[in-house]
Amino acid sequence: MKIVVLVKQVPDSGAERNLRPDDNTVDRSSANNVINEMDEYAIEEALRLQEAHGGEVTILTMGPERASESIRKALSMGPDGAVHVLDNALSGTDALGTSRVLAAALQRINPDVVLCGAESTDAGGQVLPHMLAERLGIAALTGARKLTVEGSQLTIERQTEEGYEVVTAATPAVVSVWDTINEPRYPSFKGIMAAKKKPVETLSLADLGVSAEQVGWTGALTGVASHSKRPPRSAGQKVADSGEGGVQLVEFLTNEKFV
Amino acid sequence: MAEVLVVVEAAGDAVKKVTLEMLTMARGLGEPCAVVLGGPGAAAPLTAKLGEFGAEKIYVAESDEIAGHLVAPKASVLAKLVKETGPAAVLIASTQEGKEIAGRLAVKLENGVLTDVVSLDADGTATQVVFAGSTIVKSTVKGDLPIVTVRPNSLTPAPQAGAAAVSNVDVAVEDKDKLATVVNRVAEAKGARPELTEASIVVSGGRGVGSAENFKLVEELADLLGAAVGASRAATDSGFYPHAFQVGQTGKTVSPQLYIALGISGAIQHRAGMQTSKTIVAVNKDTEAPIFELADFGVVGDLFQVVPQAAEEIRKRK
Ligand SMILES: Cc1cc2nc3c(=O)[nH]c(=O)nc-3n(C[C@H](O)[C@H](O)[C@H](O)COP(=O)(O)OP(=O)(O)OC[C@H]3O[C@@H](n4cnc5c(N)ncnc54)[C@H](O)[C@@H]3O)c2cc1C
Repeated sequence: MKIVVLVKQVPDSGAERNLRPDDNTVDRSSANNVINEMDEYAIEEALRLQEAHGGEVTILTMGPERASESIRKALSMGPDGAVHVLDNALSGTDALGTSRVLAAALQRINPDVVLCGAESTDAGGQVLPHMLAERLGIAALTGARKLTVEGSQLTIERQTEEGYEVVTAATPAVVSVWDTINEPRYPSFKGIMAAKKKPVETLSLADLGVSAEQVGWTGALTGVASHSKRPPRSAGQKVADSGEGGVQLVEFLTNEKFV
Repeated sequence: MAEVLVVVEAAGDAVKKVTLEMLTMARGLGEPCAVVLGGPGAAAPLTAKLGEFGAEKIYVAESDEIAGHLVAPKASVLAKLVKETGPAAVLIASTQEGKEIAGRLAVKLENGVLTDVVSLDADGTATQVVFAGSTIVKSTVKGDLPIVTVRPNSLTPAPQAGAAAVSNVDVAVEDKDKLATVVNRVAEAKGARPELTEASIVVSGGRGVGSAENFKLVEELADLLGAAVGASRAATDSGFYPHAFQVGQTGKTVSPQLYIALGISGAIQHRAGMQTSKTIVAVNKDTEAPIFELADFGVVGDLFQVVPQAAEEIRKRK
């Protein structure tokens, strides 16, 4: 089974994140850049599939030079190799453009299963898996908390507001996962050492046959006009409970007309 | 006036509040027209309500194939409808399924898409709140058609009579849209409580609640207030409460009128999911807990004292 895992490098969601004042893009210079958390669950799931069914696991990342740190980190968990789509013309690409580029890369690799996180912590759009499936004309099984494989048939439990749906499709398919699906392994020392030697293929837009006009600032079909910091919330009243805390709380709720 | 297509989200026979919010939002851009995509009979119980909130037309696309396959048939029907009606905008709920439909629609129409929108100007400029609620972004879609997903609880739905003229849309689902088959839908009990993202009051518990058993306290307070129950990741990871109720970065984003945090420290990833709430109340025994930095009212104390007392007091006042 040929498996590709999509990995995105994002600014750490545990630290303050900013947009750049000049071009409204995510400020990655000040941020601590990490693997999008949900993608680690996708990597883990891919490795489990490989352990059970054999085959090959490849990491696919689109991103600037700096994303290679995240690729090595991903490889240290165990995948066999990676593809890094790297091109200066990609700066400013929106979700639609990203799906164009990743679809082109996937067509080249031609995997049976594409695994990815259900959303990224920076954009949080949840649009990419279905955009890819739409472009590639393959199935999308999204929002999985469980994945089972029988031959070429994939079945997921998809988390929904009401509970879950059991959804099934034949390969090739895109499968997106939530963090309820597994517990990602930590890279071992051996894994970290081995990752340094694993093959990482770098591809440009030209290699993928995508024209620069279709991506980046020129190709983007959405644009940020302006951005501002939300005024921070200010702390209100704080009381120490001296036996009347619950009553005081209800007093507040009553004044605010919630009770 | 151009139509504004609003994709209806419903829970069974009930129109979800976010749909009414979208119908309200749509009026600023054109004539609100609802689109029902579902199995046979999906629209009938919804039409009256949609009309009460201003739907002039209701496009109805019903078929077993829409209900039986994941998202793709819905996006195809919607794309066809957009081509036929030339709307001023397409509004879809910012839920998992809503965003997925929007993503496919964007590819089909080669059109930009904006997610998690909280307001939309008449000229199509959208406001989004990003980065854990810390940053406000004004964005636009190039070209004439904003495709936006609207975050629940972004505005107050206002009734307005609409003609609610039903127009049936014929549904021909192609094989390429039938690749992912839904073989079963399983409801997991959540009782009579309102849905987390739509509730006007949310009462959440964190690690401080201590156990699944103790979550009864959280539920009790929630029920007295007619609230939904939420949980921090520490609480869901520890198995105190089901994961579906997690609030935060990797859980649900809520924006209720009132958010009550019980035994939650207020980590940045938790705040990501709740800090646009109108009023925030916190109970925590640690006076230094970061949650107090954003709480309009905080009680420094043991939740096992404070919460039962508050519940008792509410009962008294009722
Ligand atoms: C990528 C990433 C994504 C994440 N996503 C989320 C997310 O979606 N949602 C989320 O919530 N977290 C998320 N987290 C985790 C987050 O960083 C925190 O670990 C988590 O929110 C802590 O939960 P907590 O406040 O319940 O627990 P703690 O931080 O342990 O706080 C417990 C609080 O309870 C108080 N307490 C204890 N006993 C009592 C008592 N008897 N009475 C009153 N107060 C008491 C303590 O003083 C303490 O402040 C994420 C983390 C990462 C790295």
